Amino acid sequence: MTVTAIDAAPLPPEALNPGPAPTRTVVAYGFWIFLLSDIIMFSGLFAAYAVLWQHTAGGPTGRELFDLPNVFIETACLLLSSYTCGLAALSAEHRQAGRFYLLEAMTFVLGAAFLFIEFSEFAGMVAKGAGPSRSAFLSAFFTLVGMHGAHVTSGLLLLLYMVAQVAAKGFRPHVLRRLLCFSLFWHALDIIWVGVFTLVYLIGAR
Amino acid sequence: MSVAGRPLPERIPAERTPGVEVEESRAGVVSYTVGFGFAVILTVMSFVVAQTDLLWAPGIAVGLVVLAFAQIGVHLVFFLHMGTGSDNTNNILALTYGVWIVFLVLTGSCWIMVNLSANML
Amino acid sequence: MLGRLTWDAIPFNEPIPLVTSIVIILGALGVLAIITLKGWWPYLWREWLTSVDHKRIGVMYVFLGLVMLLRGFADAIMMRSQQALAVGGAQGYLPPEHYDQIFSAHGTIMIFFVAMPLIVGMMNFIVPLQLGARDVAFPVLNSVSFWLTASAALLINLSLFVGNFARTGWMNYPPLSELAFSPDVGVDYYLWSLQISGIGTLMAGVNMVATILKLRAPGMGYFRMPVFCWTSLAASMLIIAAFPILTATFVMQLLDRYVGMHFFTNDAGGSAMMYVNLFWLWGHPEVYILVLPAFGVYSEVIATFSGKPLFGYRSMVLATLAICVLSFMVWLHHFFTMGAGADVNAFFGIMSTIIAVPTGVKIFNWLFTMFQGSVRFNTAVLFSIGFMVTFVIGGLTGVLLAVPPVDFIVHNTVFQVAHFHNVIIGGVLFGMFAAYNYWFPKAFGFTLHDGWGKASFWCWLVGFYLAFMPLYLLGMLGMPRRMQHIPDPNWQPLLLVAELGAIVILCGILCVIVQLFVSIRTRDQRRDLTGDPWDGRTLEWATTSPPPAYNFAVLPEIEGLDAFCAMKRAGRPAAPSAYEAIEVPRNSPTGFMMAFFASVIGFAAIWHIWWLVILGLLAVAVIAAVFGWSEDREHEIHAEELARMESARAGAERIA
Repeated sequence: MTVTAIDAAPLPPEALNPGPAPTRTVVAYGFWIFLLSDIIMFSGLFAAYAVLWQHTAGGPTGRELFDLPNVFIETACLLLSSYTCGLAALSAEHRQAGRFYLLEAMTFVLGAAFLFIEFSEFAGMVAKGAGPSRSAFLSAFFTLVGMHGAHVTSGLLLLLYMVAQVAAKGFRPHVLRRLLCFSLFWHALDIIWVGVFTLVYLIGAR
Repeated sequence: MSVAGRPLPERIPAERTPGVEVEESRAGVVSYTVGFGFAVILTVMSFVVAQTDLLWAPGIAVGLVVLAFAQIGVHLVFFLHMGTGSDNTNNILALTYGVWIVFLVLTGSCWIMVNLSANML
Repeated sequence: MLGRLTWDAIPFNEPIPLVTSIVIILGALGVLAIITLKGWWPYLWREWLTSVDHKRIGVMYVFLGLVMLLRGFADAIMMRSQQALAVGGAQGYLPPEHYDQIFSAHGTIMIFFVAMPLIVGMMNFIVPLQLGARDVAFPVLNSVSFWLTASAALLINLSLFVGNFARTGWMNYPPLSELAFSPDVGVDYYLWSLQISGIGTLMAGVNMVATILKLRAPGMGYFRMPVFCWTSLAASMLIIAAFPILTATFVMQLLDRYVGMHFFTNDAGGSAMMYVNLFWLWGHPEVYILVLPAFGVYSEVIATFSGKPLFGYRSMVLATLAICVLSFMVWLHHFFTMGAGADVNAFFGIMSTIIAVPTGVKIFNWLFTMFQGSVRFNTAVLFSIGFMVTFVIGGLTGVLLAVPPVDFIVHNTVFQVAHFHNVIIGGVLFGMFAAYNYWFPKAFGFTLHDGWGKASFWCWLVGFYLAFMPLYLLGMLGMPRRMQHIPDPNWQPLLLVAELGAIVILCGILCVIVQLFVSIRTRDQRRDLTGDPWDGRTLEWATTSPPPAYNFAVLPEIEGLDAFCAMKRAGRPAAPSAYEAIEVPRNSPTGFMMAFFASVIGFAAIWHIWWLVILGLLAVAVIAAVFGWSEDREHEIHAEELARMESARAGAERIA
């Protein structure tokens, strides 16, 4: 049988391949697609929130509960921590230990501040009787925002762990690879937060 | 099987690793700072748009979504170094697929659930 | 101290679970005793339990899948028997509370612990070999993935002896699965088990995509990859996209059950319909995750045994990618009748009919591959041909179901049950049996007995049609699914035919077991000494059988499609003049240990033993931290040692 036209077309140059990629590329790419899967997991929670945000069961609504100035401070902390994290990654690449430790410390403090504000917000809401079991809206809110907070908490633990590794082993290639994964994770959390504060707080509080 | 001893011809440029710094120190700091600056401006704009009547009220939600996309874009470009070069293709393709799936999950679920609520509740 | 775990959890007053549990426990103790007495623990620990070699892990996955097939099939034959007996005045032998657990366990086990491990195992074993790679991208993560799946399988099997399983069907719909209506441990077993295996599967998907995109041999561009690698890529992309949605959904349901939240409850604004929507957002891509690797197997088997290149390589690749995209646009067809209305139903109905087109393209490509080829009819080819006929029928009934007005009549009847068994057995299971027969010699160094293989094929084929064709008729006559008692005696003749079919399938399973024993006993007569027993076309046949741990001493340079075929035509090359040292990953107990504690966490969470949950989580964190700190993850094989190993292999081949 004759070969169909589609099979006879010439191969584009990208079709050839130089061989297995270096470890750093493979690790970063693998972590990147894992992060994308995590974002898809969040989108499931976002979808639930979008469906349930008006199911307040006669209880408090977002407009009544959300304190936007607080949210702004949280957002500022997280954004700034992303910036310091990026600068820390640069100092690691250039083996500037002092700057690295300082910038990671700032990242940690800012992330911890974010969590403190968020936890206070949750505690306040629970004290007011607006806990996660009050209504479907509140279940969705606490789960979506709380899941992000849980990721931030893990991120802070990972940060401490990575700083310990750098202190113990120095800026060796595998340490830098792991640090790269942490940075990717931290920036992705800020990206998810953009979605959270826009959809949950800014739009949802209207 | 052939020997992999001879040097491989340069067929495609080395792959770009997502998030990796390749510029020298000064350029890197500039990139992050510019990105941070844009992000701050966009964030402030979001809060202002949400709480004032700068935008026509029914359009505020749309405006906020646009601003959110812009902020995410700034993060991807300036913090995660996602570019459009051919060495970044795999990363961009993965991102595109991810965005497509998120879009389906969100819009599909909303469309379906709104219709279900209308018919069944 | 032990949460809600009491002696009441042991089914002393239910004879069937009790006897089954005793038999299984005795059997397991027997196996452990034999291993101990023969001193096999060091070998098992070193070569299998801590192995991070994709080939070992692939074999373990397939082994898990086949063992769980026995449990899932036991459930099936119990259900068939109940439905054959409990007609009119008769009550059968299974009370409803028990029958409900059986059909729930049957579906859950078959999808998550038979089909998924089989396809992940096959992908694991074959893809790196076909790509000319030494292992997957993240070998220790691979081990973690497998052991988490095994841990989840253990949990599900535990539900037989301690407590009970869910009675909610394999989809676990609320509000029945919520605390108000299912307060006991059954649904918790379901949720924790699937969350654990879901993490494992997601990691496997990430691993596969990274491997296929980043670790191909020099010269192997995308359009020189075997089709099995393309379908594995598509399936793995779907895994990464779909499984997180299931994770999120189960997180929400677990929060409802453990913390009293209201995602899917009847009160306080919960929406049970949202569960259905989110579940099937995962559920539809899942069936394509299952079938795409099977399609890849058929492409390999048919091309090899027709002695021709696969017809229409590019259109195969495009069809695969089209399925990858379209499979995320049809999910509502699983709940047309939930009431989203005509517009929504019409959109998803049309998309569901469109998705049949790429599969049709593939069927024609396989037919054209065989046309004018010199086809050798062995077990793998028989399963492939059986697939083509059976899957087309199942696909046609699928297109029928895709039409909402038809679906409204047969939704939740046994017509639907017949359809999905038609495509899963005809598509996925036959594909896995074909893969099993095709690649067994590569894994173990000797072929399987073809006579018993063919016997198993005929039993499966005839058994399948006898068991499921009557269900199409019964569905159109109005018989709902999951019935513990049959009210209409007119249905009994067809149900008896279905029971006969189940018995014939049982013979098929027995043939598979006998095939394995006979093959092992007579293995010296069927040794594969060249590494290429079938005159294969792709790179896995370029290695010895079984391949060395490092797969390829020297990474092959790829010049085109069907790389091994081209290599054979060019003649056997001389051994390389010099070898370079290569690195192979070291074994690691990380996977096994993490999974052990995952089982602990799952069991403790199910039974509300909170202190044990915390201990388990801490243990997992410590294991992860220890692994994350470790340095020495690879060991080097020096050039001289490599040269020695390779010449020993070449010597063995020459003697053959």
